[in-house]
This record gives sequence, structure tokens and C-alpha cells, in this order.
Amino acid sequence: MIWEALFLQLGYNATLVTIGAALLGMAAGATGVFLFLGKRALVSDAISHATLPGVGLAFIVMVLLGGDGRSLPGLLFGSALSAGLGLLCVSWLTRATRLSEDAAIGAVLSVFFGFGIVLLTVIQSMTAGRQAGLETFLLGSTAGMLWDDAVIIALGGAAVLALVVLLRRPMAAVAFDPEYIAASGGDVRRIELAMMGLAMAITVVGLKVVGLILIVALLIIPAVAARFWSERVGRVVVIAGALGGASGWIGAGLSATAPNLPTGPIIVLVAFALFLVSLLLAPGRGVLAAALRHRRFQRRVHLRQGLLALAQGQPIYEGLTLRLMRAAGHLRADGVATETGRAQAARALLDERRWHLLRSNPRHEAAAARYDGLTPLERVLTPDQIEELDRELRPEGIT
Amino acid sequence: MGEEFVALSLPPMLIGICAAVACALPGNFLLLRRQALIGDAISHVVLPGIVVAFLVTGIIAALPMMLGAGAAALVAVALIEVIRRLGKIEPGAAMGVVFTAMFAGGVLLLEQSDTSDVHLDVQHALYGNLESLIWLDAFGWSSLFDWAALKGLPPELPRMAATLAFVSGFTWVFWRPLKISSFDEGFARTVGLPTGVLGLSLVVVAAIAAVAAFDAVGSIIVIAMFICPPAAARLMTNRLEVQVAWSVGFATLSAILGYVLAGYGPLWLGFDDAVSAAGMIATVSGVILGLAALFGPERAPMGAPAEG
Amino acid sequence: MALRLAREGGHPKPKADQSHSPLAIRGLTVSYGEKPAIFSVDMTVEPGAMTAIIGPNGAGKSTLLKAALGVVKPLSGTVTCWGAPLAKMRARIAYMPQRASVDWDFPTRVIDVVLMGMQRELGLLGRVRTSHLERAMSCLSRVGMEGFADRQIGQLSGGQQQRVFLARALAQEADLYLLDEPFAGVDAATEKAIIAVLKDLKAKGKTVVAVHHDLSTVRDYFDRVFLINTHKVAEGPVATTFTEDTLQSAYGGRLANLPKGAVG
Repeated sequence: MIWEALFLQLGYNATLVTIGAALLGMAAGATGVFLFLGKRALVSDAISHATLPGVGLAFIVMVLLGGDGRSLPGLLFGSALSAGLGLLCVSWLTRATRLSEDAAIGAVLSVFFGFGIVLLTVIQSMTAGRQAGLETFLLGSTAGMLWDDAVIIALGGAAVLALVVLLRRPMAAVAFDPEYIAASGGDVRRIELAMMGLAMAITVVGLKVVGLILIVALLIIPAVAARFWSERVGRVVVIAGALGGASGWIGAGLSATAPNLPTGPIIVLVAFALFLVSLLLAPGRGVLAAALRHRRFQRRVHLRQGLLALAQGQPIYEGLTLRLMRAAGHLRADGVATETGRAQAARALLDERRWHLLRSNPRHEAAAARYDGLTPLERVLTPDQIEELDRELRPEGIT
Repeated sequence: MGEEFVALSLPPMLIGICAAVACALPGNFLLLRRQALIGDAISHVVLPGIVVAFLVTGIIAALPMMLGAGAAALVAVALIEVIRRLGKIEPGAAMGVVFTAMFAGGVLLLEQSDTSDVHLDVQHALYGNLESLIWLDAFGWSSLFDWAALKGLPPELPRMAATLAFVSGFTWVFWRPLKISSFDEGFARTVGLPTGVLGLSLVVVAAIAAVAAFDAVGSIIVIAMFICPPAAARLMTNRLEVQVAWSVGFATLSAILGYVLAGYGPLWLGFDDAVSAAGMIATVSGVILGLAALFGPERAPMGAPAEG
Repeated sequence: MALRLAREGGHPKPKADQSHSPLAIRGLTVSYGEKPAIFSVDMTVEPGAMTAIIGPNGAGKSTLLKAALGVVKPLSGTVTCWGAPLAKMRARIAYMPQRASVDWDFPTRVIDVVLMGMQRELGLLGRVRTSHLERAMSCLSRVGMEGFADRQIGQLSGGQQQRVFLARALAQEADLYLLDEPFAGVDAATEKAIIAVLKDLKAKGKTVVAVHHDLSTVRDYFDRVFLINTHKVAEGPVATTFTEDTLQSAYGGRLANLPKGAVG
């Protein structure tokens, strides 16, 4: 059944739900990148918690006006208003006081949510039971998506995605270095507002289905996961969108296979699984790759140091250096240098002396910048240039 | 205001005060170390903690739930640290990844477990039920000295009081190392302070306060107590000692005012039912912070130091 | 030709004559990512001398101090103080970091910062007595800041903050003082005040090592220099080691004009 779900064979409703979830995931993933790169990933948590009082107030107002408190557009409108107000408070607290941004985020998050809870209990006493629908805003709807929800999500997700694509360059620049942009005359406030606005739109769109606490996951996890795969912002955005979309697709498909699997949490857990894979296995920044690289680097450093010590007749103290030298065949078991070891040591010393000369001479500044203690000079200069360098060295003797 | 107060209002108020202050104390240091949102992370993982405890033990009782919440908090803190280091990810994002994923796991488990007879009260976990922690055995102020009546105190009160004592003790004993390592970590290390252990202990103590408090005021409100009273206090003074004192005062005020407004406010406005005390306490602490941000004597952000 | 190599296990065996050196570094390598900041650096600090660590930007001067103190983790190398591992000798070492590393908004006064220097003797529960306060105030007057004891540190100017951190180091009553760019970005009055304190320390037989950026004052302020540019370039008394040759070596010809009269 899972394959049918993933390939949209389960019927019209399920298909729409899957597509809607994928679109939402894509839009959330892409938007989240800009928040993450600007080191304010948890602003999305503040935004989502700040929607609660708006939902509550909208409900109360609609009921007082005689309507059905649970009208979705009304509730979503209310949520957007209070989330916007929350964002303004975060920005005000950060600007006007000595409090740091994380303190402002936490304060708005908890206070708005607390007030929202107060309103919820007011509603409870007002309507005794009619507010049951409001709780789905906290944890997401457990019955799976309805047609109306899916339409909102699909349209909303697509709209946000389009805007992200449109605004990606200014948003990336501001996330990276807002001061520079401001100094160059860019309107940082408006771009940041746009970023937050998009995050808010995602939150509002996804609120009903995924729940306010889990929509934050979609704004953060795919973005963080995508970072492991590329160093270029544009690519990170695309990958984050892909990861988010995949989480939505697979998650919705999985949750359609059984009645007891609520959509929101499954999507988030799929996203987390993709994150773990990225963390561990991504070729550039992944943990495995980094660990291997570090070990290789450490060995090169120790070998180099050992060879230089050997060449200069200095004692080697470190156990790791001795072991590596022995393993590489530079030292015998009893610690005496081998023929090849001495030859390698002499070469290392020569290389070191050449580099030293190179770095002392302003003429070779460009080449000198490539010095990293390990790269042999042969890789940086041509044989002619090296010969010229050697002629300067000769008076000191090369062996 | 005699019998009824002692039986119905005094215990919840005291519990609220103890919870608020127990969170505000470590919150001062978390705030200064820019770790304010660790309270956010801890509060959210309480849910999966208690769900797992329920699934494992099959009962709904305070002790397994608190142990479950505590274990979840420790797991979360460890995971966050691992992910932060391994992935070289900034702390906020690492927290966001871990606690949302754990929360999702908790909701999933919750849905699976709902098929059984016993119902786990999610709302209670999220925003507690302070108003219900009453002392039925009390008959007025004299009951405070009646051992038999005291045995009927809601267990949350001695629990919260003990937690407050522990947190206060920790803050007192480790005051100077905490202050120095929060101010200048490099220097702290050079004088031999174990900064890593200190940082971890602070978070663990905060987690203990949060777990103890969540049963009374729910997990989400705990964040408000970690942040708002210390943040408001920060805007009032330039001395750490004074800031901590202010934060205790603000926390107590939030607890008392919040509880009173939640319980009696609607009555004064002509309605019958009370509203959530925990929510109101958070709201009041927010109002206090707002006032401090508008009028606090030391609220201004520091500019760069003058040249020379 | 038998090469002298350490015994199996490779435990560092400091030579007997290093036990008098307040700071002896062997083979220290530190890298940030895969770029080595310092590579296999050896250094022997002479007791009672004022030593300047100099080198171009990015040469690893600050890294050398931080790695020696354990603030940054090295890739390899050993550090001993008076012949023992540094971790055991912390009571005799004081460190003054570069200014940038603190939150100036932190709710602490000048006098509190100086008292932090006495943390080792105060321990966990020791009370701050009048004697501690008096010592803190005398450290402040040695740097000319006694009038500012009650001010919150963010209210001070850059030079004043620098002096407060020096006072904190003085409060530690150490034998070895490691200072990271103590004169960076300060006004002339502050510079005079700081150098007076350092000379006073030397007169009392203390050892001072400072990362220094201003070549024109090396001769006046210091007895010994240590030149570094990722590798150690030279080490020795100013008269013999602070020469045009060694400077060229260290700065790689980036010295357009050597300061007049600064070099022999």
C-alpha cells in the first residue's frame, strides 16, 4: 500500500493531500534557509506560538458577531495578525533595549502563547465544547487532511515558493551581511520584513494541518539538512526545498497507509531522518567525511613534523608521531632512521627552507599565500622557478 | 479571606511562586550566556518524555512522568550538543532540529497510545492546572500548624518548595564561578574553572526546575519564567546581584498577580469561570517586561565604547 | 649517526635545564580547520625577562598564547611551566586576553572584574573580605583606575577597559604574565600607564610575555623577542635578534619601511 500511496494511486483525495504536503514542505524548506543562514532559525518558533492569541481572538470575535467561530479564513487571518504583532515586538525589543535577539524571541514566544492559552480557556467557558476544533492548531489535525485544507496548503505553498524564488538574492545577501547591504544603500528592513512575512505565511498555511509546534520543524530541519550538501546559497535553497518537498510527499504517503498515523508528525520525522543522513553522510560537511579528512590532515602534520625533526637532529617526543613514522617506513622499530626515512627527511627540510625563502621575498607574495605547512613547493612553482630559488639557497648548503 | 483562602488559594499561589522563582534564578545566567532558548527546547521535549513514561509504566502518576520528562530533557540537551558540534551548526538551529523532532515523536506516540483506555491529558502537560492544586484538608490559617492537615497538602507544594531550595542552593554555592565563566569564558579557563562542566550543570539545574514546574504550570509557560523576569530585571540594573534580586521579585509578582487575575478577574468582569492561571502568569510577566522595556533605568542598548 | 629519539611511548621529557623556564613550549601545532595557524613551534621563556611575541597579521601570535594556556586545543605539542605541566601551575600564571572577547553589557562593575582575578584563592564559598577589596583597589590604582571602581564596564572607554583587565591580571599575583596585545588601540596615556606597570612587574622579578604589534617600541619596552610567522623565525635578546634580517624573514618583505631607529 505504501508504494501506491507514494505513486499517487490511492485516489483523488490522498493524491491531493500528498501534493499539498509536498508543496508546503518545499516552500517551508526554501524559506527556512534564509532564517537559518541569518542565524535566527528560532524566530519561526516565536512566529508560530504568537499565532495562538490571534486564533483565539478571531474565534471570539466571530462568535460575538453571530457567526461560526471556526471559519478557517477568519482564524487564519487572526493568526497572521497576532504573528505579525509578535514579530514587531521581537524587533522592537531587540532594537530598543539591551536584550539579545534570543531573549526577545523567547519572551514573545512564551508571553503570546500564554495569553493565547488564557483566551482558549475563555472560549472553553464561553462555548463549552464548540472550541474542540481549536486544539488541532496546537498539535495538527489527526484525521489527516481534508479537501479544504489541502487546497489552502497547495495554493499557499505554491505562492510562497514563487515569492522565495523571486526574492532569493536580496534575502540571501541580507541574511549573510545586513550591515554591508545597509551601507550599500539596500533597504534591509524591508527585505527582513519580507523574509519574516514569508515565514509567517508558511506558518499560517500549515497551521491547521501540521500544528503550530511542528510547522517550525519544517521551517528549520530541511534548511539545516540542506546546508550539509553545498556551500552555495542558491543550491542550498534548492536542496532544502527538495528535502522539504520529499518529507511532505513521503510523510503524507506514509500517513495515508494507516488510520493511526497523523500527518504532521510523520512528515517531521521523515524530515529528521533526511537530516540525519545529511549530517552523517554528506560528502563535504558531513561528519564521516570531516572525520576522515581530519585524520588524514593530522597524520600529514605529524609526519611532516617528524621528518623535519629527523632532518634537524631533534628528538621526537610525541607517541603518535613516532608510530606514524614507523608505519610509513621512515623509522625502524628501534627508533633509528631508515635510508628512505633520512632521504624523505632531507627532502622535507629542503622544501621547508625553500618555502621559508619564498615567504621572505616580496616578489613571490602570491605564491607565498599558498603556504599551509604541508604542500610541497613542487606543486606551486615551476621547475625553473625552483631552480632559481635553490641558487639562492646554495650558500647555506642544501643537505 | 480566611478558611477559603488557605484552602483554595494559598497552595496554588505558593506553588506558582516557587515555580516562577525556581525558573527565574537559572534563567538569569541562561540569559546572559545567550542560552535563553534552551528553556524553549526543554519545555517542548517534556511531552515526549511523559508519553514514553506512560507507555513504559502504563500509569499516569507524577513520579514516572517527571522522570520521563527529566530523561527527555537530558537526552535533548545531549543531542543538541552532539549535533551542534558534529555538524558545526549554530545553537538555535540545533535546538530547533532536536526539539521539534522529539516533539513530533511524542505526538506520534501519543496518537498510537490513545487507543487504550487511559487518556493522557496533553493540555495538562502543555499548560498545567494550577487552580486545581487545592488543600482540601485545611480549615483556615490554623491548619498551617496542624500536622494532620498538613499531610493533606497537595504534593506539588513540598515538591516545588524542595526544588526551589535546591536551585537556590546551587545558585548560591556556584555564584562566582557561574558569574566569571558567563562573563569571560577564556579567562575562566585560564584560572582553572571547569567551564564545560559548569555550563552543563547550569542547563541540568534549569531542566530540573522546568520538569518540577511543568506539572503545576505546564511546560510552555516555563519558558516565560526562564526569560521574562530575568530579562525585565536586566533592564533595571547594572549589577548581577541586584539583577537576580529583581528577577526574584518580578517572578513572585507575576505569580501572585497572574493567579489573582486568573481566578478573580473574570468574576470582577461579570463572568463565571476562571481562566488559565498559568497563561495569566505568563501574560503578567510579559506585561512587566514590556513596562521595563519602556521605563527601565538601564534599558538602553550599549553603543560601542568611546575611543581612548 | 644515531639520532637522539625519545623512548617508547613518547612521553615528553623536558630537559633538565627547562625547569627554570616559566614557559617552555615544544612542537606546538594548532590548526583552524585545515589551515595551520602555528606549526611545530618551540619557545623557551627566560625568567624575569620581558619578551615580545611579534610577527605579521595572521602569524599565529594570539593562537600561540591561547594554545599554550589551553584555551584552544592544539593538534600536537607540549607545554610546561617551571618543568611541570601547565595545568598544575595555573596559580602562578595570569592571562590578559585581547579586549574583544567579552560582552560589555554584562552586569558587572570594574571592582567586580578585578575581584575575578582572585577566584583561585577565594574558591567556591570564600567570602570577599575587606582585605580582598583593598587589594583589588590597589591593583586598580596601579593602573590608574581607582576612581572607576563602581562603574559598569560598558561605560568605560577602550583604554580604560584595557587597564581594568590588566588590573585583573595583577590581582592574580602571579609569577608569569601572558598578555595578548595589551597596547592595541589604546591612547598614549593608557600605554604609558601599562608599560609602567609592566616594568614594575619586571623589577619585582616577574616574567612578562606580551603579544606586541608596534615594532617601533620593541626596543624600548622589551628585553627579548620571539618572532613568529606560523613557524618560529627567531628567539633571543632584542639586541641580537631584533634585526633587519630576522624581521625580513618574519614579515616576508612586507615591511615597506622599517621604523626609523627601531632596528640595529
